[in-house]
Amino acid sequence: MSGVSDTATKTVGARKAVSRDRKAPIVLDTFAVIALVLGFAVPRTGTSTFGLATRGDLVALPPLAVPTGGTVTALALVLAGLAVAAHVYVLFGAARRVPIWLIAGFAVVFLVAFLTWASAGRTVPVPGLLIGSLALGTPLIFGALGGVIGERAGVVNVAIEGQLLLGAFSAAVVGSVTRQPVLGLVAAMAAGILVALVLAVFAIRYIVDQVIVGVVLNVLVIGLTGFLYAKVLKSDVELFNAPDRFPVLPIPGLSAIPIIGPVVFRQTIIVYLMYIAVFAVWFGLFKTRWGLRVRAVGEYPAAADTVGIDVNRTRFRNVALAGAVAGVGGAYFTLDSVGAFNKEMTNGMGFIALAAVIFGRWHPIRAAFAALLFGFATNLQSMLGIIGSPVPSEFMLMLPYAVTVFAVAGLAGRSRAPAAAGKPYLKS
Amino acid sequence: MRQDTLRSHRVLREILGGNAVVSVLAIGLALLVGSILVVFTDPEVQAASGYLFARPADTVRAVGDAIGGACSALFQGAVFNGTRAGWANQIKPLTETLTVATPLIAAGLGVSVAFRAGMFNIGGRGQMLIAAAVAGWISWSFPMPHLLHMLVCVLGAMVGGALWGGLAGVLKARTGAHEVIVTIMLNYVAFYLVSFLLRTPGALQAPGSANPKSPAALDTAVMPTLSDLLGVGSFRLHAGFILVVAATILIWWVLNRSGVGFRFRVVGENPNAARVAGIDVKRVYLVAMMMSGGLIGLAGASQVLGTTTTGFGSGIDAGIGFDAITIALLGRSRPWGVFASGLMFGALKTGGYAMQAAQAVPIDLVLVVQSVIVLLIAAPPLVRAVFRLPAPAATTLPHRAPKAVNR
Repeated sequence: MSGVSDTATKTVGARKAVSRDRKAPIVLDTFAVIALVLGFAVPRTGTSTFGLATRGDLVALPPLAVPTGGTVTALALVLAGLAVAAHVYVLFGAARRVPIWLIAGFAVVFLVAFLTWASAGRTVPVPGLLIGSLALGTPLIFGALGGVIGERAGVVNVAIEGQLLLGAFSAAVVGSVTRQPVLGLVAAMAAGILVALVLAVFAIRYIVDQVIVGVVLNVLVIGLTGFLYAKVLKSDVELFNAPDRFPVLPIPGLSAIPIIGPVVFRQTIIVYLMYIAVFAVWFGLFKTRWGLRVRAVGEYPAAADTVGIDVNRTRFRNVALAGAVAGVGGAYFTLDSVGAFNKEMTNGMGFIALAAVIFGRWHPIRAAFAALLFGFATNLQSMLGIIGSPVPSEFMLMLPYAVTVFAVAGLAGRSRAPAAAGKPYLKS
Repeated sequence: MRQDTLRSHRVLREILGGNAVVSVLAIGLALLVGSILVVFTDPEVQAASGYLFARPADTVRAVGDAIGGACSALFQGAVFNGTRAGWANQIKPLTETLTVATPLIAAGLGVSVAFRAGMFNIGGRGQMLIAAAVAGWISWSFPMPHLLHMLVCVLGAMVGGALWGGLAGVLKARTGAHEVIVTIMLNYVAFYLVSFLLRTPGALQAPGSANPKSPAALDTAVMPTLSDLLGVGSFRLHAGFILVVAATILIWWVLNRSGVGFRFRVVGENPNAARVAGIDVKRVYLVAMMMSGGLIGLAGASQVLGTTTTGFGSGIDAGIGFDAITIALLGRSRPWGVFASGLMFGALKTGGYAMQAAQAVPIDLVLVVQSVIVLLIAAPPLVRAVFRLPAPAATTLPHRAPKAVNR
């Protein structure tokens, strides 16, 4: 920015707007160069195959086989063209910015090019890749939704990790003892609420810094569940840690669509709940009176107070709601994907969910997509590990975190937290 | 960022300004919570409580046995074990406590330096990993004379930690990125980076090994232990402890007697006032994060050159980065307070392992006790309410800036 201010003229504002938008084309340039390098400097030969069918499809699509070298080269040239188009849009377009469809299209093409390059001589099971992404993304999405609700109400929720973990633990124990996965789900929500209430009491009632409480609560939950796991759950696994999982409920008709069907409509009740939750949180936050109030106490609590909204009560309730949502995400581990509680099984997922909240700019739908993207990156890494990829898996795993650092630093677009997030409201 | 910084400062002031009584009571309450957990999960107590009303004395005795057994195992594991033969064996637990406390104190000092300047350094894990990687790499790659080699390694670790911590400081100063998020994310970046280097031949992986593990440090780089000095026993306590004591004295001097420390405190108390007074706040953020990372790097060096000298994996940080936050809070960010709370956490950790072995009480109990202590210490009004203590005079009420300043 300092370079811009040196050349500042009368049109400082306009210039700044242009310079900010130029970040997007530069990012696209970078990725286009990477694709060109993959296509021309380190070409791979052979045939890349994409498996498209799963069992149970109405129409079984044949696998798609393409020559690796030519496809990657062609796609790299397409990417270079798109990057140039982005520059043209910024320089001459009416809005002076890159349209969102161009960025989305660029991302898809880049991904296809990368997959083609990485899978030379192998087969990529596309539905499997997407199913795995959704499986890894679902708890992240619940956690991110919990984070969005909390931060929109003005309470930073670093305790998502703890809510996921205690949710997973409670769901396993209650689901196992009662033999009712539904009760396990309810218990997970209660556990999430419990962690959230401790957060709320300390943050709102005793005005302890929310980040400190969140960090410490995570340690407390890790310690507590670890202790009880070693002391109680291990003593009688059949009784305490063998919950019935939710069955897969294919939606008739829709689940037979090739590719989309098995990924989206052949899931358990928790995943369907997730679809509903993403929509409900978006609709609630932006279309209802509840959402207006939540955003008001998160953006400008003094104003909300002036018009008669009880700021701290609103925050208290919404932090509890956020805990319940995150708790369901925990239940996904023990009632769906894994099927039993393990020590520290959430393994930092809560922090990735926090990253998704920021990367999604505190918007439920964008946060959900960010969570899916992180799930995809993780799953892609494990799949590339299986088919033998030339990219070290650690760098794929590092991606969500590195991207978040860039997002927070404002290098990849502007991100602004709700103005009052993290600040206690003291009535004066 | 202006708005963002103001909020933490008032809270931090309260944390720093609390009194010792609250700390002691918080520790007592946390131990009570721990005891309750031990008692309720003890199989003998569960058995005896089945006939509680027939023979209540049995339950009482079982409860007493469970708590007494846990406490005596904790003491024997952490301080003094009279059942062993020879004084060297009897005091070995104490030296173990000091060994475990060494990195805890160093990292705790690092976190508290950042606290003083009004920042949360949650990136201890990443800073330790980078520091350990640097120290380790120097320790097996460059033969040097005794002592000098060790000091160069320590210096390298501190520089590595300082750079990794400084990254968060730069981002905060230049772009306003919140250091909590950045440091959390950098933890993972460092973890995967070091994991990658550890399994890459020619980087940090031991030659001829297929495991993601580093080679052993050269003898010249290893910190001498107390046994080397006395020629008796098998003490693991190493020279890192001396470095940590020196660091505590130095940080005490820096924070309480030097101009740098004064500027840290002013920025920590009120960055807006500091800016008006002509202090370069951004520079303070950067310097504080670098000092913080450097001290945490010392913890990393003590791990690689003191305790795990035969090669390390990506778990070398052993959760010390997170423990450091609780230690800094318990020590109220004062160097000697951090020293004392580091010793206490070291004792809890060492004794916790003994308790796990002797009484089958999982080590995770220590995490519960630690986090309850910090939660309670962070909320003095709660502890006062539990014990019906009088609230302090009105002077502790927060002074609020005029609203217009914030907007």
